[in-house]
Amino acid sequence: MTNISATTEFAPTVTAQRAEGDGHRRLLRERWAKLPYALGLTPFAAYVLLFLAIPTVVAVGTGFFDDSGEFTWNNLTGLAEPTILRAFGGSLVLSGVTALVGAVSGAILCFALIGSRPGGVIRSLVNSACSVLAQFGGVMLAFAFIATVGAQGLITVTLRQNFSINLYEHGAWLYTITGLMLPYLYFQIPLMVITFLPALDGLKPQWFEANATLGGGRWTYWLRLGGPILMPSFLGGLLLLFANAFSSFATAAALVGQANPIVALQIRQAMVSETVLGRANLAGAMALGMLVVMIIVMLGYSVLTSRTARWQR
Amino acid sequence: MRVRVGSVPRFGPGPVARTVIWIIFSIFFLVPILSMVEFTIRTAKAGSYSLDRWVSVAAGTSARQERLYDGLNNSIVLAIVTILLILVLLLPTMVVVELNFPRLRRVLEAMCLLPLMIPAIVMVVGLAPVYSSVSRIFGSGSWTLAFAYGITALPYAYRAIQSSLNSIDTVVLSETARSLGAGWWSVFMRVLVPNLRRGILAAIGLTAAVVFGEFTIASLLSRINLQTSILLVSQANPFAAVIFALLALALAFLLLFLVDRLLSGRRSGSSKG
Repeated sequence: MTNISATTEFAPTVTAQRAEGDGHRRLLRERWAKLPYALGLTPFAAYVLLFLAIPTVVAVGTGFFDDSGEFTWNNLTGLAEPTILRAFGGSLVLSGVTALVGAVSGAILCFALIGSRPGGVIRSLVNSACSVLAQFGGVMLAFAFIATVGAQGLITVTLRQNFSINLYEHGAWLYTITGLMLPYLYFQIPLMVITFLPALDGLKPQWFEANATLGGGRWTYWLRLGGPILMPSFLGGLLLLFANAFSSFATAAALVGQANPIVALQIRQAMVSETVLGRANLAGAMALGMLVVMIIVMLGYSVLTSRTARWQR
Repeated sequence: MRVRVGSVPRFGPGPVARTVIWIIFSIFFLVPILSMVEFTIRTAKAGSYSLDRWVSVAAGTSARQERLYDGLNNSIVLAIVTILLILVLLLPTMVVVELNFPRLRRVLEAMCLLPLMIPAIVMVVGLAPVYSSVSRIFGSGSWTLAFAYGITALPYAYRAIQSSLNSIDTVVLSETARSLGAGWWSVFMRVLVPNLRRGILAAIGLTAAVVFGEFTIASLLSRINLQTSILLVSQANPFAAVIFALLALALAFLLLFLVDRLLSGRRSGSSKG
């Protein structure tokens, strides 16, 4: 672009070509300059490919093959077995109920925290307690509940001796789906608190004042302002809780002995059992089933939030 | 400021409702922990208690205790390797995407949050064959499990670091530094990392919490970590297992609380200054 007026006749086309060439070259140069950065992305991409993409594909893929490596639909039809269908039903009920109850209770707990200052001691206490308890699933949690409401647990014994109430009148409920709900809530509620509390902190006091100026009360505020604003975060928390309970394995594994009332335990059974042939591939089919459930839940979530998200942007 | 103090508590619950909520939740969360404590001090005679089991754990003479130490050791090594993986692989990638490929931000987010949606038990089905090749390359040391844990910790670490990234102006910071002659490496290490300190610390804490609580993958790949060793020991010596569980819980809580206090102290200090 230096000597535009050198040859007047050709000038327009030449400059145009030159500018175009320059533009291309600049674009190319920019692309080349970005190349090292693009290369910088490859280690992470390779890592995710190796340890997330490949395992998932392999897990789902094994569901379509039999022991000799032949393609088959048999594993998928095996999903229709009554025990496996019951396990899927159990998992759905357990995850759905604990997600809903956990999300509502967690939100109530956050609500009680509104007055406290972010960064204060109470917040630190709640934050760290919730972070620990949200990861508290598994063996230790199973112990805690056996020690509390197990056959010889503190509450069970106290109720039996002092109030002659027998918690086990209707059988060993702690080791069933209903019984699993209690320990599950023990990690679901804290998880909801850590995910939902930041959203609640995002509510500006000015909005409440604006609402009051316009003559609105507390109910108007929560119904017309706070509720709708918090809805996407609440639904997001609900989804996270569902996924968390649905994929949870350790607590049930430690509490429930031989019966396998949820899918995760059925998968373990299929993976570990070497007596029944062809079971390992059934694990793949069940893995596919779990993923399908997760995808459906995700789609439902995006449909629910797309409406609220539209006016928030 | 006066307006704020006056109005904030008003749209929250009243004092009575607040107290009721607190009492109910305190009971729900504290009773199981107290029951665990009560369980460890029980004696053969109903109604009488002793601290013998705690003493023998403290003295290191409790049955099967060395197995718990094996599990604890493995989990510590796993936590360190997983944190390194997150810091070496995830953190620079997030910075590069933020600075050079803003269009890939959504892709990266989706990639990092995906493990939340893929149950660990599903991953295990596919990880078993992957690990048979991993152990051919890296041997079968227990630390290799960190590759899988890096994935399970990914969503938590990502969200912690991303919220820090969102709170600073990365592009302006790095361009200022570059115009002063800093190379990529010093922009990263001397400008961005110190500014992302909070997010990075939170990511480290959460990653450690995930690793110490992990059971599914270790159990099904027959590896020994803290959780699987606690389950193993609980069959022979449930009291030592519960004592260890309580200690782990208390330790994790204290650690997170201290980090949180440290960070919030800094935060309020810097926002005033």
